[in-house]
Amino acid sequence: MNAREQLITFITIVIKEFTRFTRIWQQTLLPPVITTSLYFIIFGNLIGPRIGQMDGFNYIDFIVPGLILMSVITNSYSNVVTSFFGAKFQRSLEEMLVSPTPNYVILLGYITGGVARGIIVGLIVTIVSLLFSDLRIHSVGVLISIVVLTAVLFSLGGFTNGVFARSFDDVSIVPTFILTPLTYLGGIFYSIHLLPDFWQGVSLGNPILYMINAFRFGFLGISDISLWLSYLIIGIFILVLFAINLHFLSRGHGIRH
Amino acid sequence: MTPALEILSLYKTYQNGVTALHGIDLQVAEGDFFALLGPNGAGKSTVIGIISSLVNKTSGTVRIFGVDIKNDFPRAKSFIGVVPQEFNFNVFETPWQILLNQAGYYGIPRGLARQRAEKYLSQMGLWDKRDSQARDLSGGMKRRLMIARSLVHQPRLLILDEPTAGVDIEIRRSMWDFLRKINREGTTIILTTHYLEEAESLCRNIAILDEGHLIENTSMRLLLRKVHMETFVLDLEQPLAQLPPGLSIKAQLLDEYTLEVEIIKDQNLNDLYQQLAREDIRVRSMRNKANRLEQLFVHLVGQNNNSERAA
Ligand SMILES: Nc1ncnc2c1ncn2[C@@H]1O[C@H](COP(=O)(O)OP(=O)(O)OP(=O)(O)O)[C@@H](O)[C@H]1O
Ligand SMILES: [Mg+2]
Repeated sequence: MNAREQLITFITIVIKEFTRFTRIWQQTLLPPVITTSLYFIIFGNLIGPRIGQMDGFNYIDFIVPGLILMSVITNSYSNVVTSFFGAKFQRSLEEMLVSPTPNYVILLGYITGGVARGIIVGLIVTIVSLLFSDLRIHSVGVLISIVVLTAVLFSLGGFTNGVFARSFDDVSIVPTFILTPLTYLGGIFYSIHLLPDFWQGVSLGNPILYMINAFRFGFLGISDISLWLSYLIIGIFILVLFAINLHFLSRGHGIRH
Repeated sequence: MTPALEILSLYKTYQNGVTALHGIDLQVAEGDFFALLGPNGAGKSTVIGIISSLVNKTSGTVRIFGVDIKNDFPRAKSFIGVVPQEFNFNVFETPWQILLNQAGYYGIPRGLARQRAEKYLSQMGLWDKRDSQARDLSGGMKRRLMIARSLVHQPRLLILDEPTAGVDIEIRRSMWDFLRKINREGTTIILTTHYLEEAESLCRNIAILDEGHLIENTSMRLLLRKVHMETFVLDLEQPLAQLPPGLSIKAQLLDEYTLEVEIIKDQNLNDLYQQLAREDIRVRSMRNKANRLEQLFVHLVGQNNNSERAA
């Protein structure tokens, strides 16, 4: 396939992915809005005033960035894992596999689909959060780059999950037992300086902490950790996951006999 | 001329240890209408899986219009359209979306893709259904949807894995007409089937696969002739040094006491005996020689008759 044909194929996959998650918007776009609104109401409006300030900011303003990023993470991830596994399960993935489409185009197509859903949900949640807090923006560049990179990273993660999944249970194991705990412990609700030294050290082993802090820096201008370290860690994860996915796709793991 | 498909000593052993193909050699000329016949589990779908990249071969060579899949699989794949045995489209998508996506996977621009989608959906009688979800189509419509899908990039080689399974007689006939038409227009077609009748009415050449072995690869005409011949083995009372030249039936001496004769099925045996008597050959006993091909045919034909009755 020449470059132009590959571009057509890529766009086809992206449109297909976009169509999929907008068709079932009640399952994809609506739930994160409801969940995060509840967080805003409970932690921001009801409990927040009693907590007082966190790192010099109102509690609601402190938690909003993390909640936005959390919805980006879960939505990018679950979009790719559900869609890819679904295609594998229904065997409609074979449509792509028997075509001349190169593996990296398939991968990029799914990733872009996941990023699109992550960012759309992120935007909706951001708009909703304006009802509860008055967000200021410290650095647009940091916000946009971190949100895109994070969405890419978790779309790639969802893809890996989709490649290895053999049943629908395998699709929900990683989000439930790894992703959600890491996100909650990734400093959405607190600054890690509140933790005892030992748990501060443990927290630093959690990659999501770096993303949430960098994203929060984009809004508030504060971070528990160095911004550049965040970019470095996200970058490394993206490269590694990209290589892993491409490797297993070309070996035909779980998709070719 | 480069063959449309060339397969050399193709082996496949699945991960569970089942060897589905024990060294297949096959050639399909460009423009041919080719049948791959065989009972359940013969390895037909495995061959197609390997050609279309869904199954990795264990060893052997596959060339599609001269392109070795080992060297440039994407290019080889761009020549073929596949209609798989089992439904493999997204049931939540509509025929229209499915065809447009398919075109996209082959790098066809949207405008052209729309024209083709309209053309092939209409030809397959699915234009009215273009916006229904695929899961709401009937079984026969789903099969026609897969045919329309396989044509959108206008493949030079069309491979159909039991395209008429579960399709009623009337639709089956119209599918046959359609396949004949695109074959006349230049598309090479390979079709697998359990139905001898289907192969007979459509195909010029035929290969028969059984338990992973190619047991026959010939023209439809020769095969039918072969099938209509019956072989008998005769034990003779007296030794015979050589075949008498006067015999007008096809015969062969296996040893001096054993004569093998081939006659057309349903032919009267009296003629055979008269000839033998004229040559003073006396027969002690006679048995019917069953060969694998015949057994298979009895099996396939039986299956065919049953399904025809059911349909
Ligand atoms: N994915 C697989 N894993 C293990 N064994 C397989 C797999 N697919 C097919 N087989 C085995 O390979 C052999 C050939 O199967 P194949 O599907 O190629 O037969 P077929 O000729 O298409 O049969 P049918 O007419 O029933 O479709 C069978 O013994 C089958 O059990
Ligand atoms: Mg089969």
